[in-house]
Parts: sequence; C-alpha cells; structure tokens
Amino acid sequence: MLDLFPNLQYLSFGEGGWGMNMLRGLVSTLQIALGAYALGLTIGLAGALGKIHGGPITKLLLEIYTTLIRAVPELVLILLIYYAGTAALNSFLEWMGQKPVDISGLVAGILVLGFVMGAYSTEVIRGAMRAIPRGQMEAAQAYGMSRFTLLKRITIPAMIPFALPGLSNLWLIVMKDTALLAVVGFTELAMTTRQAAGLTRSYLMFYVAAACLYLLLTLVSNIIFRRLEKRSRRGQPGLA
Amino acid sequence: MQHKFKSAALAASLIMVSGLSLAEIRLGTDTAPYPPFSQINAAGELVGWEIEIGNALCEIMKEECVWTPIAWDGIIPALVAKKIDAIVGSMSITEERMKTISFSDKYYNTPAAFVAPKTSDIDGSPESVKGKILGVQVSTTHQNYTEATYADMADSIKTYQAFDEHNQDLIAGRIDAVVGDSLAMAPFLESAEGQAFEIKTTLSNEEIFGAGAGAGIRKEDNELREKFNAAIKKIRDNGTYAEISKKYFNFDIYGE
Amino acid sequence: MRWDWIPSYWPDFVDGLIITLQLLSMSIIIGMSFAIPIGLVQVTGPRWLGRIAQGFCTVVRGTPLLIQLWLLYYGIGSLFPSVPWIRESWMWPYLRDAFPYALLAFSISVAAYEGEVMRGAFKSVPKGELEAARSFGMSRFTILRRIWLPRAFQNVLPTLAGEFVLTLKATPLAATITVFDVYGVGTMVRQETYRIYEPLLFIAGIYIVLTGIIVFFFRWLENRVPRAV
Repeated sequence: MLDLFPNLQYLSFGEGGWGMNMLRGLVSTLQIALGAYALGLTIGLAGALGKIHGGPITKLLLEIYTTLIRAVPELVLILLIYYAGTAALNSFLEWMGQKPVDISGLVAGILVLGFVMGAYSTEVIRGAMRAIPRGQMEAAQAYGMSRFTLLKRITIPAMIPFALPGLSNLWLIVMKDTALLAVVGFTELAMTTRQAAGLTRSYLMFYVAAACLYLLLTLVSNIIFRRLEKRSRRGQPGLA
Repeated sequence: MQHKFKSAALAASLIMVSGLSLAEIRLGTDTAPYPPFSQINAAGELVGWEIEIGNALCEIMKEECVWTPIAWDGIIPALVAKKIDAIVGSMSITEERMKTISFSDKYYNTPAAFVAPKTSDIDGSPESVKGKILGVQVSTTHQNYTEATYADMADSIKTYQAFDEHNQDLIAGRIDAVVGDSLAMAPFLESAEGQAFEIKTTLSNEEIFGAGAGAGIRKEDNELREKFNAAIKKIRDNGTYAEISKKYFNFDIYGE
Repeated sequence: MRWDWIPSYWPDFVDGLIITLQLLSMSIIIGMSFAIPIGLVQVTGPRWLGRIAQGFCTVVRGTPLLIQLWLLYYGIGSLFPSVPWIRESWMWPYLRDAFPYALLAFSISVAAYEGEVMRGAFKSVPKGELEAARSFGMSRFTILRRIWLPRAFQNVLPTLAGEFVLTLKATPLAATITVFDVYGVGTMVRQETYRIYEPLLFIAGIYIVLTGIIVFFFRWLENRVPRAV
C-alpha cells in the first residue's frame, strides 16, 4: 500500500516543522500580491485615462506598453524587469542627482508584478470607463466640476461596478503569479514550499499543502469580491 | 477602501526602499537548499557551513553583511547587475567564469562525485553511460564536465535548477546517474532514500572544475577582492576555519 | 548589446520552438476536448456531475500552474518507481520523461479555464434557438452538434483567442521541470554566454511573434464564421 504522506510531522508548527515557515511564505506572498495589485491599479487608472484622454504620443506609448506586456510570458518579463528595470531606475536616480537605491526582495517583486498587472488593469479600467453612460459625465461637466473632481466623484465611482469582475479576476491572477517569483529565487510561498520539499524529500505533501493554501486564498478572495460587487451595484454607489 | 490600501502599500514600499542602505555588502547564495553548505532551515533561518564561513569573513573584514538568496541560474547576472556584491555560494573558480567576473582565493576544494544506484553497472567511465540519462544542476562545473565527457555516449543530459531536484529524479528512476559535488551528495547518500545509491567514482579535471570554490566578485571591485583574500587567510590562520568545519566535516575541506 | 551568439544557437532554438508548439497545440486539443463536456454538464446537468465539474474548475483555477506542475512531476511522478509493475510496464518510458507531465498539467489547465469559458458560452445561446431545433424534431445530440456547439463557439472565439495566448505565455513554466522549450534554450544561452538581457529579449521577441500568429489566426477565423445576429 502506498503511504502518500509518511512525514506529516514536517508540516507541524513546532520544532523541526515547516508550518511557521510556510505561513511566513504565505504572508510574503500576500504582501507582494497586495502591493503589486495596488501598483497595478494605479498604473491601470493612469493608463486608462491616458488611453482615453491622452495625446497621440501618449496613446501610442500606452498601446505599445499594454500590447507588449500582454504578449510576453510573465516569467520572461519578471526576469527582464528584475535585472533591467532596477538598473534603469538607478540610472534615472543618478541622472536626477539622487543616490542609487538597492531594491531587493519584496519591493522588487511588487514593482515587477505591478508593472505587468498595470498593463492588464489598464485595459480593464479603460473598458469600464467606456461603459459609463455619457450623460453622467456630461451632466457633471455641466455642473462645472473640475477634471479632478469629475474623476474622483463621477468617473471612478461609476466605473467600479463595470470594472469589478475584471479586477477581481486580475487579483486572482496576481496572487497566482507571485509563485513565478520562485523561479527568480524570491522567498515567498512557492519558494518556501520548494525549499521544504527539497530538504525533507516530501515533495507531494508540501506541494499539496501549498496548493491548499493558494486555494484558500482564492476562495476567501472570491467571497470578498462577491460582496464588493453586490455592494457596488446598490443604487448609485459611492466609494466604500 | 482601495485608496487606503493603495497609499498604505505605497508608503510601505517607500519606507522599505529608503530603509535599505548601500553601506553593507550583499552576499549572494543559492535560494534552493544546498546542504551542508547553505540551506534555509525549518525555522526560516539561513544556516550551513558556508553561511558560517561567510559571516566569519565579514567579521574579520569589519563589514556589515546581508545574505541575499538568489536563484542559482541567475546569480552571475545578479552580481554583474549589482544586485549583490559577492557570491558566497560554493562557486568554483574557473577560467570560463573569469571572463565575466573575478574570484577571491579559494576557501574550499572538494572533488566532484559520480553517483548512481548501487545495483547499476555504470562506473563513471564514458563507455558505461551509453544510452543512459544523466542529471546535473544547471550552470555548474558539473554540467560543463558532464557535457564535455559524456555527451557523446549518454542518451541525454537533463539539467535541473536545484541540487535536490536531480537527486529526487535519481530516486524516481527518471535519470540513471548524477554528477555533483561529493560533499553536497553526502547528506543525500546518508538519508533513507539515498541508501540505494553510491559514489561510483570521484572526478577531477582542474581545467573544468577549477581550483576550488571562491567568492565571486565583480571584476572592478579589486579592493573587495583583496579584503576577502586577507580575511580567508586570516580565518585559516587563526583557527576559525577549522572550528567551523569541525561541526560539519571530519576532514579539512580546504584541499591542498 | 551583442547578438553574435544567435547563429550558433539557432538549431537549439528551432528544437525548443518545436517543443513549445507541441506542448501548446497538444494541450489545447486535449484540454478543449474536456472543456466542452465540462462546460456542458454545468448547464445541462445532471446536477451532481455539474458540481464535480465546477469543483474541478475551482480547484485548478484557484492554484498556481507552477505548483500544479511541481506537484505532478516531483510529487506524484516520483511515487511511480516505488510500484514495481509500473517500472516494468510499457508506460515507464513515458512516465520517465518530463514532457508528458507538462502536457498533463497544461491540458488540465486548459480544460478548467476553457471549461469555465464554455459554460458561459453554452449559457449564452438563446433558449429559443434550442427550442426551435427541438420542435424541428432534432435529437439532443444533433441539436448539440448542429446548433448549440457552433453557436457557443461563435460567441466565444475572441475570448478563446485571448485564453490561448495566456496558455502560450504559461508554457515556459515547463522548463522548470526539465522540458527544454524555447524558454529553456534561452536560459541555457544566458548561462553559457553570460549575456544578461539579449537572450531574454530574443525569446521575448519569439513569444511576441507567436502571440501575433494566434491573434491573427483567430481574427481570420472570426471573419470566416458568419457573425451572430
């Protein structure tokens, strides 16, 4: 008879168990995912505005950004941005007369994934903004709202119900994409799992455990996003 | 709500960026486990012979050091791109690598081992691997040696990102033999699963395996290299090296 | 930037490209042939079968493909040798190789993601059309073959194009279990030439071209299919 998990004690939280370590991995996965998602949304909002209201050059550059990012495998992008991106940032800082910064671990992961997610969320948010009935915007303009007030009071709140399904999907993607950072050597859940599996030779058990943790994150996220969607659809939604 | 966590995350990342100073030396090591030299233990700490040696060197150099785990196949690019300042990760000093980076003096030297099942009649000679599948870790001298020596005879040579992964495939019978460092093989051969395997032969070839493992340093960082050399000499002389090694090995791994 | 390494690695890239394309096309064919029933049972029932299909989609879509790959290859794959008869059987040469594990993982992935897409596609076909077909006296299978399936596909062709691009972009993960695809060749070049950026840019270019081919193929396909009214 096959004993699938002969070494369950390796998962424990006590002495010699990898439980705590896996939880730490889970926390850094969440940190990277949240940071990258926030950065991605910021880029996405700016990108969508640029694509709708920008001049021809802005539009062209944004088109190149979203097209290229969405055509190249994330793994390749992560490697490229990890090496080239920080080098570019430092030469930019040098040019500004600032001291170079050392970007490693968490922040690099956030920057890399955030930059990739920005391309996807640009498209999602642009689509959502397009879906806002024109009349609402025109009414606000007629009220004499400034562009910023218009964005804050009308565009963003009105766009959210349209964007939420796409954005919740992006959140699930960014959470799973953090695992790719393991290939570059970042210490997050997938890497911690790989280390534990390699040292204890309990590959099946640890990968099943990791899969369960990711699944748990997904299921919890699904519940939260379902609530958010419901909420954003109540009458005229404000920013919660 | 989104606004709140956006700004919180942004603030957090700014703190992290500004919180890191450049005064310290960043030592790069393989993220994947490489016992007994370096590994993350169950408590999440980086431990092993090489970690202790690295810390001892930093103490002598009076430098603040931080360990930066990096995927092995990207460790030289990481050094060149200034993500780390020195590779202290059992990297052999070879002519090939010297074209891109420079090295300190060696701090240990052990032979490579050819490992196969005890029942196998592969003895490590090129003739004996005819039609067999060999496994090696990518970007290692072992890979170079295997490709130079066995490529013509072997069915194929599979490359793995991490040391433990080719051992796992050896257990799984997906490869017939593995070439890797003899000391790194030891914990595997002592484990329950490793009982069925043995070192068929040790391999030596100065040209490919180089003259031992040294700290990999950027070509232009002459000052740092000199500091490493002096510190290595110092820990050899003052007994620190022997003291640390005693905990892991029962012989002097420094080599000749 | 130096590109003089390209000629000497050209044959390797061609081999890698073939592996990438094999993995992509085979996993799409196998995956889609499961995605259609997975989508269908969630709409038609029986309910318990629909539940299973739904659960399958949730689990696969809720975990990273990388973990699934490692689980299959290093986890489940290394159990086989402890079962002696497997080692002696005709399956062993396949179980030994890494490609079948990658193919399995990617097919499962396509089945789950596209199963979800197909569920929406089947649902989106207006009930009236199916009822009209039934009143014509068509059998259930004929309705599926002649009306439901073609109409469903018609609706989701653009979505599928995007989904297959995502599958293409996931194929480099197979390199982490020793499948030597285009990405694998690229990393080999990186290690052997010590060039940091050029090999990555080169393979990025290859993937951009492949993405372009998929996008244009589907656009051509969409134009050939009569538009839904």
